[in-house]
Amino acid sequence: MTATTRNRGDGRLALVFLAPALVGFGVFYLYPAARGAWFSMTDWNMLSEPGFVGLDNYERLVADPLFWNALKVTGAYVLMSVAVQMGVGLLLAAVLHRLTRSLLIRTLLVVPWLVPGVTTALLWMWLLDANLGFVNHLLVGMGQPNQGFLTSPDLALPSVSLINSWSGTGYTALLLYAGMLLIPRQIYEASAIDGAGELRLFFGVTLPLLRPILAFVLVVSLISAVQLFDTVAVATNPAGGPVNATRVIYFYIYQRAFTNFQMGYASAMALTLVLILGVLTFIQMRLLRASTSDLS
Amino acid sequence: MRRALAWACLIAAVVISLFPLYWMLRTAMTPGKELAGDNASLLPANPTLLNFGRVLGIEDSRAHGGSGASLDFFLYLRNSIIYTGLITVCQTVFCAMAGYAFARLRFFGRDVLFGLFVAALMVPPIFTLLPNFVLVKELGLLDTMAGLVAPSLLMTPFAVFFLRQFFLGFPHEVEQAALIDGASKWTIFWRVVLPMTKGPLFTLALTTAVWTWNDYLWPLLVAPGEETRVLTAALGIFLKQSPNTHPDWTGLMAGSVLSVIPVLLLVIFFGRRLVDSIQFSGMKG
Repeated sequence: MTATTRNRGDGRLALVFLAPALVGFGVFYLYPAARGAWFSMTDWNMLSEPGFVGLDNYERLVADPLFWNALKVTGAYVLMSVAVQMGVGLLLAAVLHRLTRSLLIRTLLVVPWLVPGVTTALLWMWLLDANLGFVNHLLVGMGQPNQGFLTSPDLALPSVSLINSWSGTGYTALLLYAGMLLIPRQIYEASAIDGAGELRLFFGVTLPLLRPILAFVLVVSLISAVQLFDTVAVATNPAGGPVNATRVIYFYIYQRAFTNFQMGYASAMALTLVLILGVLTFIQMRLLRASTSDLS
Repeated sequence: MRRALAWACLIAAVVISLFPLYWMLRTAMTPGKELAGDNASLLPANPTLLNFGRVLGIEDSRAHGGSGASLDFFLYLRNSIIYTGLITVCQTVFCAMAGYAFARLRFFGRDVLFGLFVAALMVPPIFTLLPNFVLVKELGLLDTMAGLVAPSLLMTPFAVFFLRQFFLGFPHEVEQAALIDGASKWTIFWRVVLPMTKGPLFTLALTTAVWTWNDYLWPLLVAPGEETRVLTAALGIFLKQSPNTHPDWTGLMAGSVLSVIPVLLLVIFFGRRLVDSIQFSGMKG
């Protein structure tokens, strides 16, 4: 930094620059955060006056099987969808990286990610429809029986994971591909001269040197997967079902708040989710810092 | 041989990415009454635009196999455009101002304040969404455009953070030269810095636009009423109004096609920019 920017403070000017953002932050982030914490200690049902109940909501939470079910379902969903997106995304990125720089292919792969979540949910509901859906048409064509993908308790959650993998995999691949571009070409050329095949190159060069990017993409994918809502709200019937099979935590909070009007209980759950994500993020940040690239 | 296999992989991925969208269009162009008998051919037997007509409220719905629910996707499309446009423009400008202040101005409490913004970045939106809904309700702004845009109009922590990073990398020399010429910091920001950061601003605006256009939960909660209903909420409500056993697939797909058109326009006009910006920032999904 130089002398000119080191002059005495710009307090007043800063206030002008920051005014809109400060108002927005105060009214729609800080205030609701404080209020959310307060709601979580009341029995408010959005009709009568809220009454202070201390930590009752949290005690109830620990004893609520549906809450634990929601955590379990969310965990299973996160594992499935992140595994598919990272696995297939990595494959696609590696192939793109070694094969072509085609902008067209990259653009086409990212299109599903740009489609609104509701539209994606509707579209796949139709494709997976038990009677008229195209996927079942293919299955029957291959001599398999019809499947009620979104109506079977066993298949509903994997189906939701696949639906969102459809929309997220190309995006993940693009992020990983961008990371691979940072690996110097010479390393590949040197290894190729040493006689390494494509598989050796992938496991010996690409994967180890990609580690920091891989960790970053993993964090982004995990956090967005925990926030699954649209697909469950639209494509499952009854939403969150069948038999609680797809009731992820976001959707459960939504139901408690806006179907049962238990704003206090819903807020307690939301705050618990904040804490869980905070701990996860903290652990991931520690891991991220530990995993500096072998390149540096 | 290896290369052929790799190309096959890529082509398969592209087909899997795009075929469902083609199927959406194909279904939207199938007459509602013929769908059951014609659900697998790659082209509809009697292609029609009737389904678009009825979701847009031009054709009578009931006469063509619809559920009879009144639909006015013109209105929803307009609402979506206003909602997205307002938030994109205002948020980008206000967050650019804030990002610049954090990157370049010196004032009391700057780092603490910025730390708060970053902390807010980690909080899952549902936590503030509940009280924000209550606030909008208390202010009597349910089913109004004002209530709909309010929480995102002025700032999001992500946008401030993103732009601050860019302004940090902006060359000091340019601003200093302008300072020596006697320009105020306010003028420098608007006349020198902003025009030179068009790229990142556009990138951010693009992301915000896509994000807002796709947003579902908030508009569904705050503005489900006919007059302020946006496209995504309208699609969800349309599905709920459609009979469970026989969803109005042709109509739903016609509405879906409408919700995807802006996305396709973005891809056609800004494809390179879009891909570059995603690769560059790995911004939130």
